Amino acid sequence: MNLVTISGPPSSGKTAVTIKAAENLMKRGVKVGAVKFDCLHTDDDLAYEKAGIPVKKGLSGSLCPDHYFVSNIEAVTDWGIKEGFDLLVSESAGLCNRCSPYIKEIKAVCVIDNLSGINTPKKIGPMLRMADIVVITKGDIVSQAEREVFAAGVYAVNPGAIIMHINGLTGQGAYEFSTLLYDEKIKIDTLKGRKLRFSMPSALCSYCLGETRIGESYQMGNVRKINLDEKA
Amino acid sequence: MNQQEILRYSPKELLNIYPFLEAFFAGQSWILKLDQQQKLGLLLEQVDEEQQEDYAFDKADFIGQLSDFISQMETFMGKKDKAVETLMVLPGQNKSGEAETFSELIFKTQTITSIVGPTGSGKSRLLADIEWVAQADTPTMRRVLINNEKPDTSWRFSGNKKLVAQLSQNMNFVMDLSVIEFLELHAKSRMVANSDELIRRIIDAANELVGEKFERYMPITSLSGGQSRALMIADTALLSQSPVVLIDEIENAGIDRKKALKILTGEDKIVLMATHDPILALMADQRIVIKNGGIYKVIQTSEAEKAMLAELEKADQKLQLLRMSLRQGEILAE
Repeated sequence: MNLVTISGPPSSGKTAVTIKAAENLMKRGVKVGAVKFDCLHTDDDLAYEKAGIPVKKGLSGSLCPDHYFVSNIEAVTDWGIKEGFDLLVSESAGLCNRCSPYIKEIKAVCVIDNLSGINTPKKIGPMLRMADIVVITKGDIVSQAEREVFAAGVYAVNPGAIIMHINGLTGQGAYEFSTLLYDEKIKIDTLKGRKLRFSMPSALCSYCLGETRIGESYQMGNVRKINLDEKA
Repeated sequence: MNQQEILRYSPKELLNIYPFLEAFFAGQSWILKLDQQQKLGLLLEQVDEEQQEDYAFDKADFIGQLSDFISQMETFMGKKDKAVETLMVLPGQNKSGEAETFSELIFKTQTITSIVGPTGSGKSRLLADIEWVAQADTPTMRRVLINNEKPDTSWRFSGNKKLVAQLSQNMNFVMDLSVIEFLELHAKSRMVANSDELIRRIIDAANELVGEKFERYMPITSLSGGQSRALMIADTALLSQSPVVLIDEIENAGIDRKKALKILTGEDKIVLMATHDPILALMADQRIVIKNGGIYKVIQTSEAEKAMLAELEKADQKLQLLRMSLRQGEILAE
């Protein structure tokens, strides 16, 4: 089975792009499955189902969504293998712009959109910087110049990536993208022992444990203070 | 410059040699100040575990990317790619798997090709084939040649080299910048040196296309529909790196469409235009008819059609004049 992780800011078009690419693969007889990781709520599983793609949904609830992702991706991979998929797509939203739920040697795709602002590529950390493929969406509604400026911004942050423009509504570019997602020669049997491309943020403080009150005396553990004296 | 060598320079020295690194360094401003004199190797040594965690920073990864970026930019800037002069599409098949019947379809610089056919007939598939420089590896099995040769795959994957630029009616400016700032930013992202003259030409060219001229200090988001379209066209003609321009209709309001096409072809672009407006379709040198996912016909614009264009333009001009009179509160008369 092939495994691909797709991430990107909320509403950047991850699901639309993934489904459009999957439809192209399914036409070629590739069996595609999906898993959607999110925080509180998602209806994206319905979109996958509607497209005829078997899907599992995981909501992290009160846990850090990326920690939740790593704790479950192995079992999800086993599920995909048991179901006999040729390709399993794991989709998760990058919620804090810091994490990269990417795994070494597992294809990683970051989806970002042209509307998110020209400084966005700089703000997104490893999620963009460590992706193998960067998909830029919503190019049909901004000017050509803005597309070029945005793509140049992405390129400056991740020069090694394949950068593609895809229209998630019409699917333009999705066929081409799909050819990069699936490789017959790749066989993944388990994720056991694999490593993340980058460590996740560490925090264990009183608020992690359910504290709600504000104030110095309620703060324990790994707490950090903003520096208000330093000149920016 | 290899990874070891890079470490022996300071960010400031690197920036002097490679001005394009500004954008790359900007993403890591917590450690790299642009005027830093310390050697990069030393700076990196000072980064501790905690900082690496905090800034999601990986030393080996950083230095690898920096060296990739430098070598890619050097090839990009040093190597003057041969200009794209012709684009050739070789036939494939339609949605039903029937072979396309044209022998070859050639697009040359400075020429206009219109594309007609109902929605869903396969216009965007054709464009995607061109953008992806298809090699019988898309559903249509078409092949695309550049300058009569099988093209390099860098057209597919590279972020700063795309074959097709697009102009469509649905496009809007979304950046909060003035015209001049916007053009400067675009020029900078393209690494254009001495962009002042070029920017002046773009603004002049755009203003040639519209009735009401705009000023360089105006925010791009406040431009009228016609002014926005004019600026997009002039900018795409003069500042976009892509040799092919795809236009998805040009509305008939507030912009001189004939001049607009002339600006594009004058800058050696290959112009493709999806349109059902007879005036635009006849301005093209050839037109492609798309049906059921395949290219059904390639028609060269005949003399008879060109003659008809003259008639249509006259009628169009009359409408434009009436529109202008209406705007100025006049009574319409023959």
